[in-house]
Amino acid sequence: MNMKKLATAVAAVAVALASPAAFAAWTLNMTPGITAISRRIYDLHMIMYWWCVVIAIFVFGWMIYSLVRFRKSQGAVPDTKLVHNTKAEIIWTVLPVLILIIMAVPATRTLIETDDASKSELTIRITGYQWKWGYQYVDSGVEVLSTLDRASNAARQLGSGIDPTTVPNYLLNVDHPLVVPAGVKVRLLITAQDVIHAWWVPALAIKKDAIPGYVNEAWFKIDTDKTGLYRGQCAELCGRDHGFMPIVIDVRSKADFEAWLKTRQAMQRPAEPQSTTAATAGAQAAPAG
Amino acid sequence: MAYSATAESHDHHDHRPAGLWRWLSTTNHKDIGTLYLIFACVMFFVGGAMAMAIRLELFKPGLQFLDPAFFNSLTTVHALAMIFGAVMPAWVGLANWMIPLQVGAPDMALPRMNNFSFWLLPFAFTLLLLGFFVPGGAPAGGWTLYPPLVLQGGDSFPLAVFAIHLMGASSIMGAINVIVTIMNMRAPGMTLLRMPLFVWTWLITAYLLIAVMPVLAGAVTMLLTDHFFGTSFFSASGGGDPVMFQHVFWFFGHPEVYILILPAFGIVSEVIPTFSRKPLFGYEAMVYATASIAFLSFIVWAHHMFTVGMPLAGELFFMLSTMLIAIPTGVKIFNWSATMWRGSISFEPPMLFCLAFLFLFSIGGFSGLMLAIAPADFQYQDTYFVVAHFHYVLVPGSIFTIMAGVYYWLPKWTGHMYSMTLAKWHFWLSAIFVNVLFFPQHFLGLAGMPRRIPDYATQFADWNMVSSIGGFGFGISQLLFPYIIIKCIRGGEKATAQVWEGAHGLEWELPSPTPYHTWEVAPSIAVIHHGAEHWTDDEDEA
Repeated sequence: MNMKKLATAVAAVAVALASPAAFAAWTLNMTPGITAISRRIYDLHMIMYWWCVVIAIFVFGWMIYSLVRFRKSQGAVPDTKLVHNTKAEIIWTVLPVLILIIMAVPATRTLIETDDASKSELTIRITGYQWKWGYQYVDSGVEVLSTLDRASNAARQLGSGIDPTTVPNYLLNVDHPLVVPAGVKVRLLITAQDVIHAWWVPALAIKKDAIPGYVNEAWFKIDTDKTGLYRGQCAELCGRDHGFMPIVIDVRSKADFEAWLKTRQAMQRPAEPQSTTAATAGAQAAPAG
Repeated sequence: MAYSATAESHDHHDHRPAGLWRWLSTTNHKDIGTLYLIFACVMFFVGGAMAMAIRLELFKPGLQFLDPAFFNSLTTVHALAMIFGAVMPAWVGLANWMIPLQVGAPDMALPRMNNFSFWLLPFAFTLLLLGFFVPGGAPAGGWTLYPPLVLQGGDSFPLAVFAIHLMGASSIMGAINVIVTIMNMRAPGMTLLRMPLFVWTWLITAYLLIAVMPVLAGAVTMLLTDHFFGTSFFSASGGGDPVMFQHVFWFFGHPEVYILILPAFGIVSEVIPTFSRKPLFGYEAMVYATASIAFLSFIVWAHHMFTVGMPLAGELFFMLSTMLIAIPTGVKIFNWSATMWRGSISFEPPMLFCLAFLFLFSIGGFSGLMLAIAPADFQYQDTYFVVAHFHYVLVPGSIFTIMAGVYYWLPKWTGHMYSMTLAKWHFWLSAIFVNVLFFPQHFLGLAGMPRRIPDYATQFADWNMVSSIGGFGFGISQLLFPYIIIKCIRGGEKATAQVWEGAHGLEWELPSPTPYHTWEVAPSIAVIHHGAEHWTDDEDEA
């Protein structure tokens, strides 16, 4: 049943996800993502981009005009007295200040919003290991260990002779994805066991360092119509196989998610006892089999 | 003009040991400057060779050539070699050559220390590069040396730490020398606000160096004791804090990036007026803008760490303070543009490199502004967008202006003009390929490609291939640079004292090539004013 669900999800995603990075080559821009926050961050990015374009047109236009108009080869005579212009200097100091204030307002608002993880309905603890991710659903005790899938792992060996383009989702596929519900505010508690990692899923606009001895917090609430698979990678250099510990989230409807969680809970029960003692140590041991 | 007094006096002093001993024992600022520049050029090609290997592996998806651990060593040592081996020594080399000439001093204030600070460098880099031949391979934890990862390094770890200590000691001595020379050895009449901007920007850079290199030394020493002597400064399991290292590192690291770029601002501020045949617009504003940038560089460090999970107030502070840097930087860009406005512009190689700087450094500035926006940085952090950003500010920023400086002063140093045609080829190839190399990396980063990975998902293949082609083109084009220089040293059209029609300042009052000893008799006030009136607001007509 699990596999069938996964297969339908994959099929749905093949259609639905065609826009973001997953299948498009020559991609130029960031994904708007699947949460309200990720879209705000995307908008912020685009606002900043357009500001830069406008400023660039003005500044580069001025430079190019000078370079064409005041060429010595065209007989330009220098105006050697032009070394000051108080009015111009005030304008090009004050105007950037105003533009920066205009930029800072939405940035500050978005930042404050990303920081507020209160009123979450589900908490997942994420632990980075060299080189895999451990996920623990704190309330139900369900644990998942997520590593690079076999096909990618075989192909990525030095001189494997396997063409990466023949491997579906090369380097962005895992054996056990992180299953999450859509439409639910989910809180992530992110830490690491050995060295610093960073948990990054572009579609969620979440990138948070996983640091040994720290528990970092992040949250997301995925749109209910955005079920499917989304992919990310470790984003902090964490050693030899840093490039080979992808993240896949499997977004399901709330009902499907709860059904999945129940099944996992039932599967895990026999091996349960020791995992309650130490959360992170448990994550390492439990689902390996 | 007034240099004639020195021209007569220098001849009989012009003795120096011959051969290798001359270079080992020299205390002459010009010799030491030359040594620094040669060293920087060698390290530029060493670091560049690593970049070529990196781009080769990233040419297409799949691992073809390099083991991932070796790949990590290459990215790590590429950065250390380029920052500490190529760019910083190149600036110190230019400072050594030009600051005494530009302020009318006979030499650097502390010539023996000058010699020592240079000769530390070959040892430092021997230690660093030795890492490739010891068990465990060269440092592979990134140039930022974050623990706990860096503590997993093999035998190369202590080598790298000692190498950084030596580089730091060398930099601090170089900086002290620059400050003491500028503060005490200026010719009478060369007031602070008559100094050329290269001198000004270097003075400010030198203070930054003295402020932050000891911080780096402290940080790596704590790493060393964590690794070998059982301390737990940065180990959470022993009560330490791995994030603390990042704060300390970036308290060094952010001023460090200005150390790499401020002297570039100085060169641009000299080259653009020369080839626009017009005094620099807003000289004092330039000085104050440089000082503001230097000040701000101390209070923005944690924008490198927006994803470590700082409290909201911290993120806000570092976001807003970082955005402020756009203001003085904008003032500089506008002043350079205003300098060209109603000028009489010609396009010799130094000017071309500076113009590329204006456009491409601005692009790096724009992406920097985008990166300052903390929520957006959650998407950019540790992706190729960041790689594109800092390569835009460092390659067409620092490295192009170093080349501009070399092409500007090379005739002064050698007494020969170099091949303008070849230098223009060098420029156009570099300027085109640098964009083919780095511009697509913006797209890769936005599409979701993390940095520091040896292999990538297939949707990143196209832009990576373009970037690699640009990389190979850029790398090969750089071979023109030493060729042009060597050809120029060997001979060529005789250079005049002024070299460039629009060049003003004390160095252009000296004959080309500069005698071994210069300004043993300080230049007259009239000569100083004659030069300085081309950038300051001095009313005096010489």
